[in-house]
Amino acid sequence: MDITIRIGGEAGQGIQSISSIIAKTFVRHDYYVFINQDFASRIRGGHNFDQVRISNAPVQAVADKVHILIALDEETTRQDIDCLADKGVLLFDGEAIGFSSENSNHFSIPFGRIASEIAKSKIMINSVATGAAIAFLDFELQPVLDCLQEQFQQKGSETIEKNQKSASAGYDFVRRNLKENPPFRVPSAKSVRQKMLLTGSQAMALGAMASGLKFYSGYPMSPATSIMEFISSQAARYNIILEQAEDEIAAINMVIGANFAGARAMTATSGGGFCLMAEALSLAGMTETPAVIVVAQRPGPSTGLPTRTEQADLNFVMHAGHGDFPRAILAPSYPEQALYLMSKAFNLADKYQTPIIVLGDQHFNDAYFTVDELDFRDITIDRGHILSEQDLPSSTEYKRYAPSESGISPRILPGHTKAVLYADSDEHTEEGHITESAAVRKQMVCKRMQKLEGLRREINPPEIYPAGEAELVLMGWGSTRGVIKEAVDKLNQNGTVAQMIHYSELFPFNPQHVAAADLRKADIIAVENNYSGQFADFFSKATGLSVDQKILKYDGRPFTSREIVDQIKDRK
Amino acid sequence: MATLEDFHSDDPIAWCPGCGNFSILKALKQALVDIEQQPHELVIVSGIGQAPKTPHYLRCNCFNGLHGRTLPVATGIKLANHKLTVLAQGGDGDGYGEGGNHFLHAMRRNINITYLVHNNQVYGLTKGQTSPTSEYGFVTKTTPRGALSPALNPLLLAIASDCSFVARGFAGEIEHLAGLIKEGIRHKGFALIDILQPCVSFNRVNTFNWYSKRIYKIDADSQYKAEDRLNAFQKAQEWGDKIPIGVFYRNQRPTLEEQIPAIADQPLVMQQTDPGAFSELLETFK
Repeated sequence: MDITIRIGGEAGQGIQSISSIIAKTFVRHDYYVFINQDFASRIRGGHNFDQVRISNAPVQAVADKVHILIALDEETTRQDIDCLADKGVLLFDGEAIGFSSENSNHFSIPFGRIASEIAKSKIMINSVATGAAIAFLDFELQPVLDCLQEQFQQKGSETIEKNQKSASAGYDFVRRNLKENPPFRVPSAKSVRQKMLLTGSQAMALGAMASGLKFYSGYPMSPATSIMEFISSQAARYNIILEQAEDEIAAINMVIGANFAGARAMTATSGGGFCLMAEALSLAGMTETPAVIVVAQRPGPSTGLPTRTEQADLNFVMHAGHGDFPRAILAPSYPEQALYLMSKAFNLADKYQTPIIVLGDQHFNDAYFTVDELDFRDITIDRGHILSEQDLPSSTEYKRYAPSESGISPRILPGHTKAVLYADSDEHTEEGHITESAAVRKQMVCKRMQKLEGLRREINPPEIYPAGEAELVLMGWGSTRGVIKEAVDKLNQNGTVAQMIHYSELFPFNPQHVAAADLRKADIIAVENNYSGQFADFFSKATGLSVDQKILKYDGRPFTSREIVDQIKDRK
Repeated sequence: MATLEDFHSDDPIAWCPGCGNFSILKALKQALVDIEQQPHELVIVSGIGQAPKTPHYLRCNCFNGLHGRTLPVATGIKLANHKLTVLAQGGDGDGYGEGGNHFLHAMRRNINITYLVHNNQVYGLTKGQTSPTSEYGFVTKTTPRGALSPALNPLLLAIASDCSFVARGFAGEIEHLAGLIKEGIRHKGFALIDILQPCVSFNRVNTFNWYSKRIYKIDADSQYKAEDRLNAFQKAQEWGDKIPIGVFYRNQRPTLEEQIPAIADQPLVMQQTDPGAFSELLETFK
């Protein structure tokens, strides 16, 4: 079973309230649900949709075809009707929008009239539509009523009742008027309420907080704002300070200050905001201060497409900041991994005293994933080498940048010992004082860059799926894992021996990982949401392997597996 | 109790002979001794310029960061560990030019840090270009026909922003300046101390002599009420033949830190996280 429902309409019409109730209903009955959000950069109007995919097997990608399309406005009937699958159903309110159809799969349901009759308000249209959709899926209504009860708990019994009655009326209307069995059924299931539904942003925020985040500073920017908002919603409960900065420059400098003082701190932004942070990224590298920066990518250049998706900032985050300094770049692709990688980012930042970047993108950050389990006990907190008063010899002054084989110098935290420390953005001596010495300069560059070798050893190999040898390898990174995996399954079902190689720990790159994967015999096809194949080029340079084809998408929308499979060229 | 010797640093000083910074350093050390500040409980955050070298010439915790970004770093440090005494230090270019936006918002936040601005009305480190506080018509390498914009008045800006402590000192009045720094550190909230600092290399107009003839102390007038904002606006506009120094304005609004329950009991840096405690959140996603 693999059914997709699309709810289309204007911003402000309540698309998300429909998708979230439908999604919650099925997740609670142990189904896997994946929602991708496709919306314009506006508060009211425009054409927007949520697409809810329901399956009994894990799904983490956008489906090619829609089985039930709920059109809340006329524009949806115009723009989205082509995405309907064979026998796909369109639900619309023929009394409210200028659309009519003789097609027997197009059902006019008077959402508006039903809502007005039941609740004396058109606000309840969403609940009517939700009830209607559930009837079309031949599923029971009670879980929807339960979800509505929870959703409107704060608003009181009258609102709950009106919404429940509206949903029932929508449900009953379909039951009464549908002449045949619905074409796409979700089999009845027991309510187990074990699985969870959460976005990439929520997973990143949870991972950060459980890893000991104490201070967050950021400036709102789509699609990173949801991270800040989620942390903000939990800040009082978990004693976290969240400070909205005047700009991204302030945000990252505050984060550097808080980390210098010894509190785990992070910021999150998108490409444009990260541009403003670049100088301070270099500051963290030079002063050897830990910092975790999430960059949730959106299409550029400049303002680009603020609410859409792209993977075109990889080159930028890899090279941002002036001068040579060590960094690591991680890119989660599903919530469990986001939890792990956020924890890893904080541990690496503290251990190597340098900035760590976690790359997301709109698709990953805004999409809802179904998760079987999140285990916070897997998170270990490693603050790195921090000296206390007992560790310090009283005869000599503490040296912040003392040389060591690993390049890591033990830190002290200001105020925690009788010793003092000097940190400087200028080139500095072991003591942290400004220097112009050629010899010291050379020694300090080598010391800092030595940490890159340590970081390289910390990076995990890419994920290979399925194991074994393949004739065709689809290579990707970050948010494309779900869709590439699905494309690989399709290829294998059709007789091509295909494999996915997926990177979620991108930098520093370890070429030895590739030798282990033995890609030499296979055709490598890079799949990336950008114009040039940024990772593919980096990969070729780092490994000497050529990439045989690039499948690239840069229209601001995520891939579907069909798009990938269809673009694979005939091979010799 | 800390002595002057406890604040001694071995780092050799890299300022021009006769620079106003020497006096400011002396006043700062004196103030720190007078308030019984322990060096290890003090952090001085500085930017880029001649003034930001100051913390190296003291024994204290120092973060010498980017040009213009002292206040955000200082804010992060103070919020992470509000038990520390946090000072920010920079010049007029650093604070009023490159860091202007941060200056506005640090005043709004009223974070409890003391900001010393060595204001020499010219760029020293980059060798003599115009600054945000250069007077109208001031001739420099980048304004050969004279500066076309009038000088920014940091005190007026601060009073307008309801900065909770606004003062001006003069590098030539070390005792008086030390007093202002003491008051600024003791004040609960954001304290701006703009310090008139003659630049012996690049500012031949606003010299020690030029200032000495004009400076007078506000405190000499016992009628002056620093709590009176309108009065402070008036006083801050005096410039020319007579230049006032002292505390122009102060108020007692709550600091940022004291409004945050998360640090009511102990600083952030002292708080441990139990990852397992987050399991309780998972129910909300089911």
